[in-house]
Amino acid sequence: MNAARSNAVLVCHALNASHHVAGFYRDEPQNPGWWDNLVGPGKPLDTRRFFVVGSNYLGSCFGSTGPASINPASGKPWGADFPVVTVEDWVEAQARLADRLGIERFAAVIGGSLGAMQALQWTLSCPERVGHALVIAAAARLSPQNIAFNEVARQAIMTDPDFHGGHYYDRGVVPTRGLRVARMIGHITYLSGEAMAEKFGRLLRRKHLGFDFDIDFEIESYLRYQGDKFSTYFDANTYLRITKALDYFDPAGDFDGNLSAALSRAQAQFLVISFKSDWRFPPARSRELVRALLDNRRIVSYLESDAPGGHDAFLLEDARYHAALRAYFATVDL
Amino acid sequence: MRADLDAIVRWVPQGARVLDLGCGDGSLLRSLWQEREAPGYGVEIDDESVIACVANDVNVLQVDFESGLSLFGDASFDCVILSQTLQAVHRTEAVLREMLRVGREAIVSFPNFGHWSARLQVAMGRMPVSASLPYEWYETPNVHHCTITDFEDLCRRLDIRIRERLVLHEGKPVSLMPNLLGSLAVYRCTSD
Repeated sequence: MNAARSNAVLVCHALNASHHVAGFYRDEPQNPGWWDNLVGPGKPLDTRRFFVVGSNYLGSCFGSTGPASINPASGKPWGADFPVVTVEDWVEAQARLADRLGIERFAAVIGGSLGAMQALQWTLSCPERVGHALVIAAAARLSPQNIAFNEVARQAIMTDPDFHGGHYYDRGVVPTRGLRVARMIGHITYLSGEAMAEKFGRLLRRKHLGFDFDIDFEIESYLRYQGDKFSTYFDANTYLRITKALDYFDPAGDFDGNLSAALSRAQAQFLVISFKSDWRFPPARSRELVRALLDNRRIVSYLESDAPGGHDAFLLEDARYHAALRAYFATVDL
Repeated sequence: MRADLDAIVRWVPQGARVLDLGCGDGSLLRSLWQEREAPGYGVEIDDESVIACVANDVNVLQVDFESGLSLFGDASFDCVILSQTLQAVHRTEAVLREMLRVGREAIVSFPNFGHWSARLQVAMGRMPVSASLPYEWYETPNVHHCTITDFEDLCRRLDIRIRERLVLHEGKPVSLMPNLLGSLAVYRCTSD
């Protein structure tokens, strides 16, 4: 951090990530941070110029207090008793972290997807503490279709016999099957149909169709692999809570659905980026946000990228997307 | 700077809110901010230009203005600028109407197809290529060429009132036979 403490950038993570934004730990050199292609020395968010803060949200299973933490009142894991937290709660917790770090104002707050919702909420909860908000692959609230996908994911977890109403830690089991299905559903919505077709097509995993229910197609293999992997490291109670935080996020909710009125508090300068291949939070959702910012005469730029990765495009390296972020960060005054 | 941009900067009042359609790398908006303290937004579709705007610290919105200016409320700008882009616009009438919905004033400039050199080239049996019309017919982005007389006819038909007109050739004003001797026209318009 510089002497004036004016060069801090908060990076907000999305659903399954953590405070491990970039770089790697000495004992895990094969495991770089989730936004390593963007953040680091000489990268678009250049750590030689900015002091980058990655914070793990409350309720996570990667360090912050969450459902698997011990409830001091009972001496047992919180489990189902851990409260449902909201995006506003996360921002509140991050603001206290900033207090502790002596950061009065972030030069920028950046995030994609659920992280973008946090960046947006920062400009509303702490308007005077954010210089720039970079809101990427975002929506100002979930559509009924988004909520529907989340509900299917939650049902998959909660109907797993190993879920035990959320108190599975004591029993030495994990609702693996539910988590797998939840993750598979998520993955379908993260990729564009086009990206999926390009990556997998109708390629077969075995020589001939099996006429059974084992894996025939590559896409099935991919989804099962992603589901299996996820279920070994992610906590089901956390997944339930994050999807609820997504569903509940709606800054316009207190303003009769009027997003322009909701954003009138914001003071930050905005960069909004959407991806044409993203059908989870398509460009139209970002344009709603831009329109509301323009109604308030806020300083805003809006980019509509044709990077092909679907919703996940915000995580992927794309020359023009990264060039835009690099150019934008260069204009951020410290 | 291009001659029409000079005129545009002079016509934009101090502190006016400006929207520049097809803003390129944002240099006009940058001059308007520096010389007129006029805050503004550019609308641009091309990726490279959008990145250049961001690098120039100009607010830019990457949307296709031909599909409407639905991002912008009624009368939310003092001036809406369409600088040397009219000839490449497909939905000319709709764009002009939208400009005067979101802005109190529209500033429009375009290369004059009525300039004698264009007329001569057509008379000689070829599509014109010149400094103000630099493209060959097979590569031009221009789809709707017009002359000064054509544009003024359209304004009349759309009830658009022309407040001011400047016709230029090689950066100098042309007052005599503008539709023949001017290669670039700049208009300041309002709705009637």
